[in-house]
Amino acid sequence: MELTTVWFLLVAVLFTGYFILEGFDFGVGMLLPVLGRDDRERRVLINTIGPVWDGNEVWLITAGGAMFAAFPEWYATLFSGFYLPLLLILLALIARGVAFEYRHKRPEAWWKARWDRAIFFGSLLPAILWGVAFANILRGVPLDGDHEYVGGLVDLLNPYALLGGLTTLALFLTHGAVFVALKTTGEIRERAGALAVKLGVGTAVVAVAFLTWTLTIRSSAAAVVLAVGAALALLGGLAAARVRREGWAFTGTAVAIALAVATLFAALFPNVLPSTLDAAGTLTATNAASTPYTLKIMTWVAVVFTPIVLAYQGWTYWVFRKRIGVVHIPRH
Amino acid sequence: MDALDVARWQFGVTTVYHFLFVPLTIGLSVLVAILQTMWHRTGNERYLKLTKFYGKLFLINFAMGVVTGIVQEFQFGMNWSDYSRFVGDIFGAPLAIEALVAFFLESTFIGLWIFGWDRLPKRAHLASIWAAAIGTNLSAYFILAANSFMQNPVGYRINPDTGRAELTDFPAVLTNKVALITFPHTLAGSFLVAGSLIVAVGLWHVIRNRDSADTGAYRFATKFGSWVVLVASAAVLFTGDIQGKIMTDVQPMKMAAAEGLYTTESPASFSVLTVGSLDGSRELFAIKIPYLLSYLGTGDPNGTVHGINDLQAQYASQYGAGSYTPIIPVTYWSFRFMIAFGMAAAAIALLVLWSHRKGRTPTSRWLLRAGLVMPVLPLLANSFGWIFTEMGRQPWIVFGEMLTRNGVSRSVSLTEVLTSFTAFTLIYASLAVVEFKLLVRYARAGVPDLTPEPADDATDDAERPLAFAY
Repeated sequence: MELTTVWFLLVAVLFTGYFILEGFDFGVGMLLPVLGRDDRERRVLINTIGPVWDGNEVWLITAGGAMFAAFPEWYATLFSGFYLPLLLILLALIARGVAFEYRHKRPEAWWKARWDRAIFFGSLLPAILWGVAFANILRGVPLDGDHEYVGGLVDLLNPYALLGGLTTLALFLTHGAVFVALKTTGEIRERAGALAVKLGVGTAVVAVAFLTWTLTIRSSAAAVVLAVGAALALLGGLAAARVRREGWAFTGTAVAIALAVATLFAALFPNVLPSTLDAAGTLTATNAASTPYTLKIMTWVAVVFTPIVLAYQGWTYWVFRKRIGVVHIPRH
Repeated sequence: MDALDVARWQFGVTTVYHFLFVPLTIGLSVLVAILQTMWHRTGNERYLKLTKFYGKLFLINFAMGVVTGIVQEFQFGMNWSDYSRFVGDIFGAPLAIEALVAFFLESTFIGLWIFGWDRLPKRAHLASIWAAAIGTNLSAYFILAANSFMQNPVGYRINPDTGRAELTDFPAVLTNKVALITFPHTLAGSFLVAGSLIVAVGLWHVIRNRDSADTGAYRFATKFGSWVVLVASAAVLFTGDIQGKIMTDVQPMKMAAAEGLYTTESPASFSVLTVGSLDGSRELFAIKIPYLLSYLGTGDPNGTVHGINDLQAQYASQYGAGSYTPIIPVTYWSFRFMIAFGMAAAAIALLVLWSHRKGRTPTSRWLLRAGLVMPVLPLLANSFGWIFTEMGRQPWIVFGEMLTRNGVSRSVSLTEVLTSFTAFTLIYASLAVVEFKLLVRYARAGVPDLTPEPADDATDDAERPLAFAY
């Protein structure tokens, strides 16, 4: 396999990992005001992701770094072109990251309410905007012959991209609800489980619509298979959620997100950022790539370190596998 | 004002801001790990209390370092996309490796450490803070290797077809002599900050919280922090000296700009303070130490140090007409402020140690004030050091290869970059206030009481509250 293809796959894997992992912690953040009826309940919710959210976010930093290293043209065009959405994502990630750490640092209600808002909006904005961004990557954006983005903000807010935003929002909400049901005890668990089923139905409709639209824009045999797989996984997850098989439900939504992201990448390949103007402006896995030497070094680093990272991150989830409930929240 | 100016200001502001938190993370992660190791070895609760106490301050700061760090990675693509295109083949690799090798380690094990007090065996918990500390320090290496490529590009060639820089020798990039010396210099500067914070907080409790049952712990912390500051400042001087010689070799203009040395001199004297006209034509007042600049720059008291005018002429003939001179007042003063603020912290550490001699307890309000100012000094020194090293590289973004003005994103409008600059400045400013108040609050609160919280109603093991929860 060409190294450029390997790195296309690795970037896809990194973003997939990011959306599975931070997907549920965005979901938990957005469900904070819905599932958490008082401060202790909200603390239960926050503590389900407390030990892991930071590690989850590093998937994004690694995906960004991998994109920069392996496909500098893609990174440069995408990040300068999608300027304002990325700015909003950054501001949101700043607010929510600080909020997790600072919320419990003072007892006053106004203090906690302020950080709760930061967590809610800080999760909501990226949950929508990542969908908008990835839908635009797939759809293509106006790029000139130098691969410079020549559109404006309005070009990014097309109906297909907005449906993409709605899809990630819905997926992350459901995924988050399922995760809460899996990680908590008592009333919150019940509420989260019931909510997951309700949300899941709407999510399935939106996701199927989005994936279908995606395949009419560009498609490949693999993309079709993956899209069907994503829909089936989501339905399977829903069925499991209905009968409160929380582990299976979570597996279902996680696989659904993975396959939905994979669908986008499979449909996109070998392009990485198609131009809607001049075909010469289209960035591909070949013309956006670094030199074979750089890719070779990066491949070695990835081969050695990715399994190590997966092992210790997996271990963290094992360490914090226990469900938590209001009884576990210390008083102070 | 155009997009380029604003993009530069944004980079300066967000980077200096990010680096207010990074040194504390680098230094305090290791120092907290050392305190926890001491508890582990001796079983003395004093060290456990200090671990938890300084650990809390560490985490308040850590959160800010994390969130402001993501901005840094995105910013290259957002505001500096032509730079990213030009150097991506080289510069992206250390960034990606930093994330994969260092950030995962740091973030995962910090989570384990924060929440793992009652869920991990003691040894595994101790190993977690060390893993996080190692991750943090490793990350500094990779990002400094990337930065060093901008100061002294090595291990690459320019592809004549694309005009882009391409990696030819990755080990050369990682062992760039600028990186090898900047790394220990930066770590030493970081320990200067972390040690100073430990002293400031400890000393406050020693003097103001005299009747505390934990005075022994605070005394220990104050002395421990002071020694860290002294050792770190020696390391700063030692590494800074080597760095100066490397800089004179690879970026002679930066050395000349640090000194405001307009004409080539051999031997060259070091200007402690010069007040004069900025074009160097007239000197109103100067304090100079003969031979010192020659020694700092070349290791030989009679060595030749090239002046700005000669270098400017040389670069103009080498790279074409244009100015290749950084803004001299900025480089001249930032270089001096860096040294002065760093050494001031060391001087206070000496005073603090002296005040504790032979079991004495200091009472001086002046000493307390000096102690409280202490952490600010190395923070300023670090900031000025970075301002110096980055402004001294100008007008280049990659020395000798790309001008800063050619690296900016062409597709990003002035409005966009102004929006982001304003947004970051506002959110950063408000978070700075919040963070500072929290640090003060938790510093005042003192070391924790270690008696465990009584269980809610049930004493059932499964329903025991978590040792730590957000």
